[in-house]
Amino acid sequence: MGSRSSHAAVIPDVDSIRRETGFSQASLIRLHHRFRALDRNKKGYLSRIDLQQIGALAVNPLGDRIIESFFPNGSQQVDFPGFVRVLAHFRPVEDEDTDLDPKKPEPLNSRRNKLHYAFQLYDLDRDGKISRHEMLQVLRLMVGVQVTEEQLENIADRTVQEADEDGDGAVSFLEFTKSLEKMDVEQKMSIRILK
Amino acid sequence: MFLLLPFDSLIVNLLGISLTVLFTLLLVFIIVPAIFGVSFGIRKLYMKTLLKIFAWATLRMERGAKEKNHQLYKPYTNGIIAKDPTSLEEEIKEIRRSGSSKALDNTPELALSDIFYFCRKGMETIMDDEVTKRFSAEELESWNLLSRTNYNFQYISLRLTVLWGLGVLIRYCFLLPLRIALAFTGISLLVVGTTVVGYLPNGRFKEFMSKHVHLMCYRICVRALTAIITYHDRENRPRNGGICVANHTSPIDVIILASDGYYAMVGQVHGGLMGVIQRAMVKACPHVWFERSEVKDRHLVAKRLTEHVQDKSKLPILIFPEGTCINNTSVMMFKKGSFEIGATVYPVAIKYDPQFGDAFWNSSKYGMVTYLLRMMTSWAIVCSVWYLPPMTREGDEDAVQFANRVKSAIARQGGLVDLLWDGGLKREKVKDTFKEEQQKLYSKMIVGNHEDRSRS
Repeated sequence: MGSRSSHAAVIPDVDSIRRETGFSQASLIRLHHRFRALDRNKKGYLSRIDLQQIGALAVNPLGDRIIESFFPNGSQQVDFPGFVRVLAHFRPVEDEDTDLDPKKPEPLNSRRNKLHYAFQLYDLDRDGKISRHEMLQVLRLMVGVQVTEEQLENIADRTVQEADEDGDGAVSFLEFTKSLEKMDVEQKMSIRILK
Repeated sequence: MFLLLPFDSLIVNLLGISLTVLFTLLLVFIIVPAIFGVSFGIRKLYMKTLLKIFAWATLRMERGAKEKNHQLYKPYTNGIIAKDPTSLEEEIKEIRRSGSSKALDNTPELALSDIFYFCRKGMETIMDDEVTKRFSAEELESWNLLSRTNYNFQYISLRLTVLWGLGVLIRYCFLLPLRIALAFTGISLLVVGTTVVGYLPNGRFKEFMSKHVHLMCYRICVRALTAIITYHDRENRPRNGGICVANHTSPIDVIILASDGYYAMVGQVHGGLMGVIQRAMVKACPHVWFERSEVKDRHLVAKRLTEHVQDKSKLPILIFPEGTCINNTSVMMFKKGSFEIGATVYPVAIKYDPQFGDAFWNSSKYGMVTYLLRMMTSWAIVCSVWYLPPMTREGDEDAVQFANRVKSAIARQGGLVDLLWDGGLKREKVKDTFKEEQQKLYSKMIVGNHEDRSRS
């Protein structure tokens, strides 16, 4: 490859990243390797274009939303800690994560945080609620031109109605969580990194 | 000081003479066999010795790592994440079922959870996708004493460093000048030889001379790279009036194939040294060179190729349908142009062994000169070439299907992964039509379920 090895000493702040994300050192080395493979011009950070060039992501209907999730607060670049912080939401839940120390912040891959990640993909304007309009937009992304506006509106309406408990016409994070309480979120939103 | 002078000049003279003699001997030992296509087997012996040394080096590194209680970074060819091969439908049904206590598996509030499937799939591609890793050099299991392939710097012991230093000395001070001299000889002989042959009157003698001049020069170039090539199934070699297609890893592919067969090259006219070589070559026998402006005109290209192919006295054309260099772990989409012409296609699979030197040209990372230098300072270029039986387009196949059939055959033979993606993805974004496939699938599910509900 012509580039120097991706061992732990090369990754800046590796210990703090490890504590924050819960990834093992070996996983971080692999992810760093991946980060550098995506960073084609060796800038040291990723921009939207670097992620958009992943072919398999571009054909994913939610591709753009997922890419946006790496650039919170209007930033245009994501460095390695930021990259790993988003990926940490998908770390499988292990036993050691379940003894919650009330003093420590909640791990990024907790059920609540996984749900929150998905919630944010819907909630474009970050107001903490999924409005009917936002639901419509996400559904439109997932179906493309295959479904008529009317049908889609019906589906969006029903979806919001059934989840909405306090009748404000939008789905808050609490309502979102409640309607998915039986779903095995931990398993569906987990990606296992091979050792 | 003055007393030393005569000694100095004597030593310098001796050194100069011995070096010249050495070089001349080597050149003779290498060029003469190249002319006659004979091999002394020196390169194979060299390869075996190197393999033993590499195995030893890797063992030492593992020992070094164990002492420090770490694990060596081992590259993965199968990807870094565990993937489930379930389809969109299966997964979404399962997601909905798992969240519902009712027997029905299509309650609308769980449209909220459908997002999880796409979300996870998207994240998986960010962590690891099939295409990005094809455009960086293949990673090795064991170290081959080149610093460019080492991922575990901190585990090298003193002995290993000395060995590596010796390797550097040999490669840069002995092999590199030798190879450059050979390359220079090969190219100048090609230019001079083909120009001279060009003056001969057309006829059997000219063809004979042209063929041998070409072959001889390519063989010298092969030795200039210390390329150790194993040809399989040579009875399937391309014949006149056919098109030879092969997977593309580097510009060296041309030299490797042309040193075993006599082909007509296809390509764009370049300036500089390449241009000189091209102009000389075309004097001896008809190659197909396109001007830069003509390359864009697909009909013109197809017309010229068809004309060439239909003339049975002309040589088989050599084409690389991927259009770009891939890292030799997979074969990407073949462009259909060469498959529309209707000639017999002779597929060839080329697989490099990256142990001795990675031949992949990462054009976004290295220019041509840097690349050639890297080639000439590797240990050797080892590869296998398989000549596959000829294929023709069947009645009901269109060009794209034919191209895919040939591609699969090449991938199977070479042990490469057969991918549908376009090599152009290296530089451009993917087309929207692929996204529609996913959207169609999902729509069917969501609309279908909704209609079921409204009916019940």
